[in-house]
Amino acid sequence: MKNILLIDFGSTYTKITAVDIEKEIVLGTARGITTVETDIMEGLNQALGELFSKTGKLEFIKVLGCSSAAGGLKMVAVGLVPELTAEAAKRAALGAGAKIMGVYGNELNEYEIKEIADLNPEIILLAGGTDGGNKEVILHNARMLTNLGKDIPVIVAGNKSVAPQVVRILSESMTEVVHTENVMPKLNELNIEPARETIRGVFLRRIVEAKGLNRANQFVDRMVMPTPAAVLKAAELLGKGTQYESGLGDLMVIDIGGATTDVYSIAKGDPTKNNVALRGLPEPFAKRTVEGDLGMRYSATALVRAASVKRIADYAGVSEDDVAAYVKKVEENIEYLPQNDVERKVEISMGRVCTCLAVERHVGQLETVFTLAGSAYVQKGKDLSEVQTVVGTGGVIVHHEQPNEILKGATYSESTPTMLKPGCPKFLIDEDYIMASMGLLGEEYPDIAVRMMKKYIVRR
Amino acid sequence: MENSKVKVVLGVIGADCHAVGNKILNYALSAAGFEVINLGVLVPQEEFVNAAIETDAKAILVASLYGHGEIDCRGLKDRCREAGLGDILLYVGGNLVVGKTDFTEVHNKFIEMGYDRVYEPGILPDQVVIDLKNDLGM
Repeated sequence: MKNILLIDFGSTYTKITAVDIEKEIVLGTARGITTVETDIMEGLNQALGELFSKTGKLEFIKVLGCSSAAGGLKMVAVGLVPELTAEAAKRAALGAGAKIMGVYGNELNEYEIKEIADLNPEIILLAGGTDGGNKEVILHNARMLTNLGKDIPVIVAGNKSVAPQVVRILSESMTEVVHTENVMPKLNELNIEPARETIRGVFLRRIVEAKGLNRANQFVDRMVMPTPAAVLKAAELLGKGTQYESGLGDLMVIDIGGATTDVYSIAKGDPTKNNVALRGLPEPFAKRTVEGDLGMRYSATALVRAASVKRIADYAGVSEDDVAAYVKKVEENIEYLPQNDVERKVEISMGRVCTCLAVERHVGQLETVFTLAGSAYVQKGKDLSEVQTVVGTGGVIVHHEQPNEILKGATYSESTPTMLKPGCPKFLIDEDYIMASMGLLGEEYPDIAVRMMKKYIVRR
Repeated sequence: MENSKVKVVLGVIGADCHAVGNKILNYALSAAGFEVINLGVLVPQEEFVNAAIETDAKAILVASLYGHGEIDCRGLKDRCREAGLGDILLYVGGNLVVGKTDFTEVHNKFIEMGYDRVYEPGILPDQVVIDLKNDLGM
C-alpha cells in the first residue's frame, strides 16, 4: 500500500485527494470548510472525516499541500518600462501563482509608495533594466521602497550590474531581500523561471507561517506551492509529458472559480499563418492569466458589467430580468445552485461568458497592416489556434451537466476573427477535480501524475 | 565583456516590412563592436523609445524603405525627449520619400524633425559605423 494525501487549502474549502500511487488510482476526494483564522486543522479534519466515511480509514506514506487560503499570495510587481520589465515581472508573479495587486513602472513616487503600503502585498518583485541597461531607475525604486514603513520580503530581479547595490539599499529596512536572475536580461528576452522559483521559496518560508498554515505542519510533510502554481505545473506535465510518459501536446486549461477565472496555456504560440510578424514581449511557454472580474459567485456583478446583461441573457435565451435576479441570488448566497431550467440556462451562459472573455484576454491577436507590398499581419501574444485540447476544471465546470457548452466559449468565433483562439479543440473535463493535486504529486512522481491525469481527465 | 559594449537600437519603422537592409546593418554594427538591439520590421515609434530606456542605449537607428518615412518618423525626437532620452543619437536612412526628390531637401526636412544624421540610398554601412563612433567619441 502506497497512499498519498494531497491537500489544497483554498480560501473557502480545503479540498483533499487521496491517491494510491501503486495502483495509480484516486481513492477518494472530499472537502471541508477552511478555517485559517482559528485552526487550519479543523477544515482538514472535517474533510478527512468525510473521506474516511467513503473509503474507510487510510494510512498515508506522504502528505503534500498547496494553498490559496486567505486571498492567495498577494504581490506587487515593479519594473521600468510598463510594456517591458514591468510586464515581465507581472508575468513571473502570475506564473508563481500570485494574485497581482498592482504593477508599477518608471520611477516610483511618494503617492505610489503610499499606495503599495496600503495594498499590503506579501511579496514585492522589483525588476527594471536589462543586464547592462538602465541602472538609475531600479536604484531609485529601491531607495523609495525603504520608505514603505513596512517589512515586506522583496525579490530583486533587475539589471545585474546594480543588483548587489539594490540588495544593500533594501536590506537597510527589510529583513528578507532575495536576489535572483533578471526577468529580462536582454531586451524582449523573457527569463521568468528563476524569479518564479524564488517567489515560491519565499512563499514557503514566510507566507505559510504568516497564514497559520504551519499549524498543519505536524500533519503535512511539505507545503509545496500556491494552488495556481500547482495547476500550472499539472497543466505543463499533462501537455509536455515526461521522459517516460508522453503528454497530450499543446493545451489550454480553463479554471472558472467563484471569484476569478484562470486560463493556462502550455504552448509556444508561434504564428501558424504565413506573412506574420511577431510584436511585443515573447510569451512564456507555460502561461497563466487570471481575471479578477470574471467569476461565478463573488464576481457575478463584475462579470455582468464586463459582458453586459444582454449578452448573458441572449445566449441563455431568457430575459434580462431573469439574469439580474439570478446574479443577485448567487451573490447573496454563494452556495446557491440553479434550481430550475431558467436558472440553469443563466448559469451555463455565465460560465460561457467567463470562458469567452478570459480566453480572449489570454490569447494573442492578429492585426492587419497595409503596406505597399500588400497586406501583412502583426501578431501580439500567443497564436493558440491550433491547440487541440482544452481542459475544464473548477467547481462550476466539474459539477455541471453540460461542461462542453461552457468550454465552447474558448473556441474561435467568427464575430472576433482576430482573436487567435483554438479552432476546434476537443474538450476534456477534470471530473474528479484533481489538477492541483496532480501538480503536487508531480513534484515527486511526475510519471505517475501524467498517467493518472490521462486516465482521469477525460471527455464527457 | 558583452555588457560593456555600447548599445544601439535598430529597426524598420512603421508599417514597413523590408527586412534585408536591417539584417545587413545588424551584421555590420555587431561586427564593429556594438551591441545591437534589433527590433526587426514593422516597429512602432514607442518600441524604439521603450527599448532605448530599458537597455540604456546610446543611439537609435531608424530605417524606412517604402516611401512613407516622413509620416512614420515624425515625432520620434519628441517622444525621446518626453521619455528623458533627449540626448540620444537619432539616425535615419533608406528610401525616405516616394519618387525622385532632391536629397538635400529630404536631408534638411529630417534634420528639422530632430534626426542627427540622415542617409540617402546607396550609403554603405561602413559610413554609419564611422559616424556613430565619431558622434559617440569612441
